[in-house]
Amino acid sequence: MTTTPAPAATRHAYRDRLMPLLQQDPRLICLDTDTGLFSPDDIAAAGDQYVNLGIAEHNLMGMAAGLAACGRMPFVNTMAAFASARALEAVELDIAYPALPVRIMATHGGLAAGHLGPTHHALADLSAMRTLPTMTVVVPADAAATEAVVEQSLDLPGPLYVRLGRKATPAIDTGEPMIIGRAQLLRRGTDVVLVGCGPYPVAACAEAAQLLSECGISATVLNMHTLRPLDTETLLAATAQASLVVTVEEHWRSGGLGGAVCEALCEERPTRVVRIAMPEKFADIAGGHEYLLDHYGISAARTAATVCAALDADAPNTP
Amino acid sequence: MRVREHVADMCAGPEGGHLGGAYSATEVLTALYGDVMTVDPARPTAPERDRFVLSKGHAAVGLYAILAESGFLPVEELREYGQPGSRLMGHPVRAVPGVEAATGSLGHGLALGCGFALAARLDGRSSKAFVLMGDGELQEGSVWEAAIGAASLGLENLVAVVDRNSLQLTGPTNEIAAMEPLAERWRSFGWAVREADGHDVGELVRNLGSTPWEPGRPSLLIARTVKGHGVPFLAGQVASHYVTLSERKHTRVRSVLRNAPVSHNTGKDEAR
Repeated sequence: MTTTPAPAATRHAYRDRLMPLLQQDPRLICLDTDTGLFSPDDIAAAGDQYVNLGIAEHNLMGMAAGLAACGRMPFVNTMAAFASARALEAVELDIAYPALPVRIMATHGGLAAGHLGPTHHALADLSAMRTLPTMTVVVPADAAATEAVVEQSLDLPGPLYVRLGRKATPAIDTGEPMIIGRAQLLRRGTDVVLVGCGPYPVAACAEAAQLLSECGISATVLNMHTLRPLDTETLLAATAQASLVVTVEEHWRSGGLGGAVCEALCEERPTRVVRIAMPEKFADIAGGHEYLLDHYGISAARTAATVCAALDADAPNTP
Repeated sequence: MRVREHVADMCAGPEGGHLGGAYSATEVLTALYGDVMTVDPARPTAPERDRFVLSKGHAAVGLYAILAESGFLPVEELREYGQPGSRLMGHPVRAVPGVEAATGSLGHGLALGCGFALAARLDGRSSKAFVLMGDGELQEGSVWEAAIGAASLGLENLVAVVDRNSLQLTGPTNEIAAMEPLAERWRSFGWAVREADGHDVGELVRNLGSTPWEPGRPSLLIARTVKGHGVPFLAGQVASHYVTLSERKHTRVRSVLRNAPVSHNTGKDEAR
């Protein structure tokens, strides 16, 4: 009998997996922007493979590019909001254009910054990053997946953007190994395909599928953790019989998971897609991560109700 | 060395080019590629090389000219500058041998140079990183992020040059944005700073070839230059920033360069 791992923060999982790798692989270097993610003990153990550059995200990306061009593999740390907006030009021109192996470890993705507000929310980062040629974009669903991404990144050519969270999030039972670029099939159904990206959206899809099964609707659930390259093959296989696809993500409605799925399906096999995402507005209230997700409708209940409405079925009873 | 002639020829093509900023930087490029930097055109990616970033990427025509004269690419290829299908674009790209980074958006080069310099130090290589910035470029905030970073890390193998031609696209830099006291600003950021005549190759080589000037500090040379230097009717003119030379003007420029070579005190090949 297996036990479900305790909730854990993906950013901490990244840190704790990176630390021993720094000792083993002299190519690796950790560039920080005073995030406070690393303890004094971590920093001491990393020696000259850890550099705190201060609060300077453009310099972070440019220096990482220079180091990568000289054979290093930098892991750079900042919040997703700053990596994807303030520093975006350096990411595009200095890292993505020359296809350098910089690992952009972006914490506080989506609404994870909670009450800290819209300046610290990252709701367009996936859109910005997945349009960059050469960039790989991954959102691990939990701590274990994050560790796998860190390990696999050592053999990944080109740049990588990893959206991480802030506080602990639940472990997701995916049943399949986490492999960058390959979507995970969590559940097989026939009526609807629920596609999630990120810890809470994937959990919402899984929970919604359970709710739907109670009212006779059979749902497939996919964890589309990699947005670039998008696993179109698995998506098409999963949607072969379904008349409806619902995407769930922690991102503005445009350009993220929903956008990527729509692009792929409308070219390959047009299928109705309904996108559950952050409404196109800036958060207008305080609240923790889970409170905001619920407030803006990124939830299992909303997902299930959306499916029922779209399939003209009765909505399940939800608390 | 025929850097200015090549630049004039490229700027006489249908697309034109940033002649003024290439002419202000000609002697800096000549000093770096002729004497100061350890680079080998036969092995442009040799790990032990010094690395150069033309952070003022719009001066690409000057870089192409010096790379061709130094043997990194065929001189004949310069005729293809800006032509459909050519790798010689209006701003440099890494597909061109000897180009370390694609530049053009200002304010990127110094951070890249910091990365090159830190990598060399970590690897135990004696390589240096050289970055040439425009003076207008210093208005970009990212330059100062990198300035802080370089000094904090004590990157004494990082050498930056400011092409202080005092003009930018629409006018004098000092009128558009307060630039002075430039040397004091860089010193206050923790850099070793010198000033030099940016058209005197000998003086440039003496300075750029003797870094670090202060142990543990990155070096910044303010090269006092004239935009469009070398051609009297272009020198010091805002209009020299981007030029498409007509056939008549091209002939005049070539004639001036042929008949009144710029003096440099190099003791070596003249960089006309």
